[in-house]
Amino acid sequence: MDSMTLIGLASIAISGITIAVGSIGPALAEGRALAQALSAIAQQPDEANTITRTLFVGLAMVESTAIYCFVISIILIFANPFWNHVIAQAGG
Amino acid sequence: MDINPDSVVIAAWGPLVLNATLLYSWITMALLVAGSWLVTRRLSPRTQLSRGRNLLEIIVSTIRRQIRDVSQGDPDPYLPFVGTLFLFIAFSNVLGVVPYFMPPAASLSTTAALAICVFFAVPIYGIAEKGFKGYLQNYIQPSVVMLPFNIIGEVSRTLALAVRLFGNMMSGTLIAAVLLSVVPLFFPVIMNAFGLLIGLIQAYIFAILAMVYIASSARVRRQEEAEHSQEEGEKEHG
Repeated sequence: MDSMTLIGLASIAISGITIAVGSIGPALAEGRALAQALSAIAQQPDEANTITRTLFVGLAMVESTAIYCFVISIILIFANPFWNHVIAQAGG
Repeated sequence: MDINPDSVVIAAWGPLVLNATLLYSWITMALLVAGSWLVTRRLSPRTQLSRGRNLLEIIVSTIRRQIRDVSQGDPDPYLPFVGTLFLFIAFSNVLGVVPYFMPPAASLSTTAALAICVFFAVPIYGIAEKGFKGYLQNYIQPSVVMLPFNIIGEVSRTLALAVRLFGNMMSGTLIAAVLLSVVPLFFPVIMNAFGLLIGLIQAYIFAILAMVYIASSARVRRQEEAEHSQEEGEKEHG
């Protein structure tokens, strides 16, 4: 197996693993946050506006780790610096 | 596949390159400015409001109310900055459903620029509100040990702000592009409608987070003053 195959294989496999592992934590966390917010709204319907706003901001914070993983896997697939380097080496 | 509007070059004059990000942010800005100008060109004190004026007043008063809710104070100093952030991001994301329009927020350069604006706005508003010394004291709260962590937090939240908006918008365009090649009929339309929702929510979150960061640097003094005046009042009464 030459280095080109190896790099392509590693990039594809790792990008899949990145998004798979990276989405577990935020998914659990968002579900938990949403459940808490729903029960809070059920207890205090008057405060629904404040709770919803805080929920959105909190969800965005929680979600950002998943977004980092997504960006990394997208970089690995579409804009992989190592792959570009190998291609440049092979071309030049 | 083009995932980066920066690499879509529309025109180039030597070292000056006009890429899709620049063009579409200019179009967004031009539409916003032209629309507001058209509406506010002939303002009259009549009670019968024109449609456009009604729309603008609703938008501005809603933004003011949201800012007041977050900052627990007068929204006027923050309205121009936070309101502009929200309107620009929301409008450019909504325009993303127009064919051939690439949302400028799907490029990391745009979101990084917006996040850097927030990064500088935080100390500016903090110093304007609390003075230079009072602002710097923010960094050694609750103790001097926290100084490096506060500085790291300042930088990392700017990065998070930029990457969050970029990741969400880029994923929207990317999913639409992938679906177009897999299920070209009907399904991309649903994802585009979903993208509208995501775009608006992300614009809202960006503006609210910017407001939260600014408020956190400007708020402490008011609480201290309130406590101080309370103590004085208690002394006078006691």
